[in-house]
Amino acid sequence: MIKDFLRTLVQNRKSLTGLILLGTLIVVALIAPLIAPYPPKSDRTERTILVEEATGDPEIVSEEYPDKDIEKSVYSVTTKKTWEKTVTYFPLRSKPSKGHILGTNHAGNDLFSQLIMGTRISVFVGLATGLFVTLVSLTLALLAGYIGGVLDDIINFFTNVFLVIPGLPLMIVIGTYIPMHGVLPIILILAFTSWPYPTRVLRSQVLTLKNRDFIRASTMMGERTFFVIFREILPNMISIVMSEFFTVSLSAILAEATLEFIGVGNITVVSWGTILYWAQANGAILMGAWWWFLPPGILIALTGTAFVLVNFGIDEISNPRLRKR
Amino acid sequence: MKYFARKLGMLLFTLLISMSINFFLPRLMPGDPAKALMDRMEGVDAEKLESVRAAFGLDTQDSLPVQYGKYLLNTLKGDFGISLSRFPMPVSTVLASALPWTIGLMGLCTIIGFTIGTLLGIWAAWKRQTKLASFSVGFFTFIRSFPYFWLGLFLIYIFAFKLRAFPLGGAFSIDQTRDSAGWWLSVLRYGALPAFTITLSSIGSWLLMMRNNMINVLAEEYITLAIAKGLPMNRIKRIYAARNAILPSVTGFAMSFGFIVGGGLITEMVFAYPGMGYMLYQAVNAKDYPLMQAIFLIIAASVLIANFIADIAIMLLDPRVRDGAK
Repeated sequence: MIKDFLRTLVQNRKSLTGLILLGTLIVVALIAPLIAPYPPKSDRTERTILVEEATGDPEIVSEEYPDKDIEKSVYSVTTKKTWEKTVTYFPLRSKPSKGHILGTNHAGNDLFSQLIMGTRISVFVGLATGLFVTLVSLTLALLAGYIGGVLDDIINFFTNVFLVIPGLPLMIVIGTYIPMHGVLPIILILAFTSWPYPTRVLRSQVLTLKNRDFIRASTMMGERTFFVIFREILPNMISIVMSEFFTVSLSAILAEATLEFIGVGNITVVSWGTILYWAQANGAILMGAWWWFLPPGILIALTGTAFVLVNFGIDEISNPRLRKR
Repeated sequence: MKYFARKLGMLLFTLLISMSINFFLPRLMPGDPAKALMDRMEGVDAEKLESVRAAFGLDTQDSLPVQYGKYLLNTLKGDFGISLSRFPMPVSTVLASALPWTIGLMGLCTIIGFTIGTLLGIWAAWKRQTKLASFSVGFFTFIRSFPYFWLGLFLIYIFAFKLRAFPLGGAFSIDQTRDSAGWWLSVLRYGALPAFTITLSSIGSWLLMMRNNMINVLAEEYITLAIAKGLPMNRIKRIYAARNAILPSVTGFAMSFGFIVGGGLITEMVFAYPGMGYMLYQAVNAKDYPLMQAIFLIIAASVLIANFIADIAIMLLDPRVRDGAK
């Protein structure tokens, strides 16, 4: 079932394009330090060269003859080494040039390197939030849909309550209270505001599956709940679960960039959102510095498009009507 | 009636949850919340510290439940405390100055975006074999993957900075006397670019929603029958297909009115448009917690109330829900 799903996903042109795009981004994120020309937060290059080697011949300091077969001598070299250190400070707010293909920012950091290193944070936050939320919602959905009863009432009630509380303002309010160290707080905030929708979608899928004949048959045959859930229900939900995963990841990447852009979040981290934050704070538009604020947005949109394309493919697999006639 | 009562109960409970989040968030922080907040702000003066304490209800010796009760009462009366960044203006006054701008801008954009998006959706479904239709679907999907704020930055760069066709930000010209004809013209000129941004980014979802529904309807057998009968194609498109496919879009449209207050937050921030979004941006940057929390509550309340009204409207309009409710 899962193999079939993956094969169809690769055969579909849209989802294949999306998967290739996404794969490229993940590879860039993994090897970011290797392809970034400079460290993202450095504003200078330092080059140290040895200009003068050690001089002088070794001289004997002491000699000892403890035994007639042993001769022990200590030599010393008058060492004189000279290094020359050249520090080249990057120009501040410079235009794209040979040394900095996307220019530099207000602190003299190389923007191209920041963009590449920023891929790490943005792609990681997106996928991590997607994975976390999908697991939580799937668990809640199975508990609510399959076990049912009072548990279903409680989960469903809270899903409906949090579903309608607007996410972005809630994220902003929570984000300004929580101290931001690293990326974990932002993942938690994103997860806290995005679990209700996938939970509702997955729960209704579990409910429909639960009443299908083949599930009923296996429950009547006395299969254990564990077996029914993992062998009968989950394989039939794979496309909808994947689709929710990509939807959540997409909105997480957009929301993260948005939060960072308005200054909620850890602005000392280098990510696409913080590059845009500093661009806006330093009036990049008024300087006409398109190389500063255009590339991060294009990359965010490219990542988003990758997720959407994969989802299109999934949609066409599960709803044949959407396929081209 | 049971349906109505259930929806009303849900509305009240969700409002209570939103208010409780607001109440407990500052109290979850370690130590004296007011002082912790002030530590993060520069230039503390005693007067402001007191007003923060008052805003959070920390200036009393009351127990937590009493504080909670007082907070709920004050909020329901519309008393959100004193704004820190615009001291000593009450938060409610600050909000009152921002709301009309947001409602005017977003209200208009919601209607325009829905109309254009739905019409394009009908067209894209009807002509879905053509290159142009699939291109437009792709184009708006791509637009939708951009962060709102970035789309705004891009349009400002092209139209305001490069072409100098529109102002860089703000909502009206400061050279004109308020409410004069020239002032109103300047409102239109200043509002054009933010409105374009919001409309452009909202068209995509209306288009996709309508297109997918319409494609599903077009696969129905009565459409095949209508074509076989030789009915005029235009008639099939408008009366047989579009009319039956539009119901989910209309429901979405009703619900989107709830997002009028909170839906344009980011665009307003980018364009320095003096509505709720820009106010929130300033509040975040100035660590004006009372103002920030009030904005969250207002946005939440408007979404919740719009959802409630949409639910009731569906109950009145859709016989399936209406009969099920009895």
